[in-house]
Amino acid sequence: MAILLVAEHDNETLSDQTAKALSAASAIGGEVHVLVAGSNAKAAAEAAAKLDGASKVLLAEDASLEQQLAEPMAALIVSLADDYDTLIAAATTNGKNIMPRVAALLDVMQISDVIEVVSADTFKRPIYAGNAIQTVQATDAKKVITVRTASFNSAGEGGSAEVATVSAPADPGLSSFVENRIAESDRPELTSAKIIISGGRALGSKEKFEEVMLPVADKLGAAIGASRAAVDAGYAPNDWQVGQTGKVVAPELYIACGISGAIQHLAGMKDSKVIVAINKDEEAPIFQVADYGLVGDLFDILPEFEKAL
Amino acid sequence: MKVLVPVKRVVDYNVKVRVKADGSGVELANVKMSMNPFDEIAVEEAIRLKEAGQATEIVAVSIGPQQAQETIRTALAMGADRGILVKTDELTEPLAVAKILKGVVDEEQPGLVILGKQAIDDDANQTGQMLAALLGWSQGTFASKVEIEGENAKVTREIDGGLQTVSLAMPAIVTTDLRLNQPRYASLPNIMKAKKKPLDEKTPSDYGVDVSPRLRVLKTEEPEGRKAGVKVGSVSELVDKLKNEAGVL
Ligand SMILES: Cc1cc2nc3c(=O)[nH]c(=O)nc-3n(C[C@H](O)[C@H](O)[C@H](O)COP(=O)(O)OP(=O)(O)OC[C@H]3O[C@@H](n4cnc5c(N)ncnc54)[C@H](O)[C@@H]3O)c2cc1C
Ligand SMILES: Nc1ncnc2c1ncn2[C@@H]1O[C@H](COP(=O)(O)O)[C@@H](O)[C@H]1O
Repeated sequence: MAILLVAEHDNETLSDQTAKALSAASAIGGEVHVLVAGSNAKAAAEAAAKLDGASKVLLAEDASLEQQLAEPMAALIVSLADDYDTLIAAATTNGKNIMPRVAALLDVMQISDVIEVVSADTFKRPIYAGNAIQTVQATDAKKVITVRTASFNSAGEGGSAEVATVSAPADPGLSSFVENRIAESDRPELTSAKIIISGGRALGSKEKFEEVMLPVADKLGAAIGASRAAVDAGYAPNDWQVGQTGKVVAPELYIACGISGAIQHLAGMKDSKVIVAINKDEEAPIFQVADYGLVGDLFDILPEFEKAL
Repeated sequence: MKVLVPVKRVVDYNVKVRVKADGSGVELANVKMSMNPFDEIAVEEAIRLKEAGQATEIVAVSIGPQQAQETIRTALAMGADRGILVKTDELTEPLAVAKILKGVVDEEQPGLVILGKQAIDDDANQTGQMLAALLGWSQGTFASKVEIEGENAKVTREIDGGLQTVSLAMPAIVTTDLRLNQPRYASLPNIMKAKKKPLDEKTPSDYGVDVSPRLRVLKTEEPEGRKAGVKVGSVSELVDKLKNEAGVL
């Protein structure tokens, strides 16, 4: 039977997270149908139709789906589930919000944060902040999966799948949308950036964070990340947090500035290709995972680094 | 309004867990156990609702072995009113936990259940959403702010792009994110008082739940290690290495 991939999008554009989750779906094998659920979401559906490996796109449009809240999304996915033996989504905050609700409605145990597809029913996933990797085999007839996208490459473009319209069940009406506060930025997104520069508690204030980090990020065309300590202290917004409970990233280059390297932070970045650590404490655990370490005061080093680029 | 708070006993977040040599799991003998940090935040939020006059009673529930009693006692010492231990020595998956919690909710009829967004052992991030599904309730996950407004709970959620606010019809499920609050420490007198607070004991079969796992764990292994690299002496050496050795600039 086929696989249903739930797309990540904002009605206009399709997120790169979907192209990555599609690679995981293709590794499972079988036809992959991509569900684009939203309101006025034709543009996102057309983008999904171009992905290599998508054999069909299902477009569900309804006012209740505009913000993809969990309750109407789960009702929709469950209404389509009979035709699929695997339901899959990227482990974004959306995927994490919606898919366990789907799994419970189908009486299935979800497999979260898959980093490797071993076979159609067997997967690898991290536990304990990535300190151990479990290989698990699903015994449920249907599988509900979320995918850690940092572990998969994006599917290419060149396909031309058919876009079919599906109807949404009645809105369960349990919750309603109030507002989004989404920062607009010209910088690349954390989860798809090639270079990330991240700041920790050492930055000391929001002003200092911006003063020393932004110029380097601009020069490098980098996305900006932060440790939990920096986010908690208000130096950086919540959506910049990298780690066990923030975003998991694997860029070509990750530059950790004034971050000690707690396991919860490492969980989110240790699969980066090249890691640079800048820290004034030469014993800081971050140096144990860094390819290049520079011991010193970041307030001296970062401006110098920016000039040298 | 009664608030139910599920609290899980997990390996303390400061412990670096080790994988057993035979690949059968992680080493749990003699490691420090604590309440899941997100559940401390959940207990704290319930207490603040009570202090604000919006909650009347806080019930802490844990599913686990006899020692999970200690986790419940911690919640009672922080300020929860009573506890329920659903005793099992099996490792329970989120789906089974959600089914047991549904049984507890059916009996206790809370207006709000506050869970952690994720247990830091299985890192599953499922139980709250599953419980909401089984109950047919609304869900506000990854909450960084909760406001009760009459029949609704206004929840601000930490999402990938920033923050989202939703309004939930109550009864509702909320799961906590790190920035919802700063949990208090239990004072010594409160730890003593907690010993006298009521703590019921149940079993999964009291709720008619079969806890047999649905996932078969075939193997548990160490992640691929990462070797420490080199220290560079200056910014210019760093830039040179990044350009010419690593090829990432
Ligand atoms: C349940 C739970 C979940 C968590 N999830 C996450 C998560 O997702 N992501 C995350 O990051 N953390 C997470 N944490 C927190 C984590 O345990 C650490 O507390 C946090 O990562 C520390 O942040 P930090 O490295 O910025 O701060 P610190 O540990 O305080 O380190 C600051 C570093 O800056 C260095 N420094 C100071 N001044 C300078 C200077 N002028 N120049 C250069 N270096 C300097 C210091 O030597 C030090 O190494 C979580 C914790 C818990 C309990
Ligand atoms: N065994 C358990 N006992 C009590 N609460 C639990 C248990 N397992 C999970 N929970 C709750 O569900 C949340 C999410 O856990 P998980 O879905 O396993 O990541 C936790 O933060 C707890 O609030």
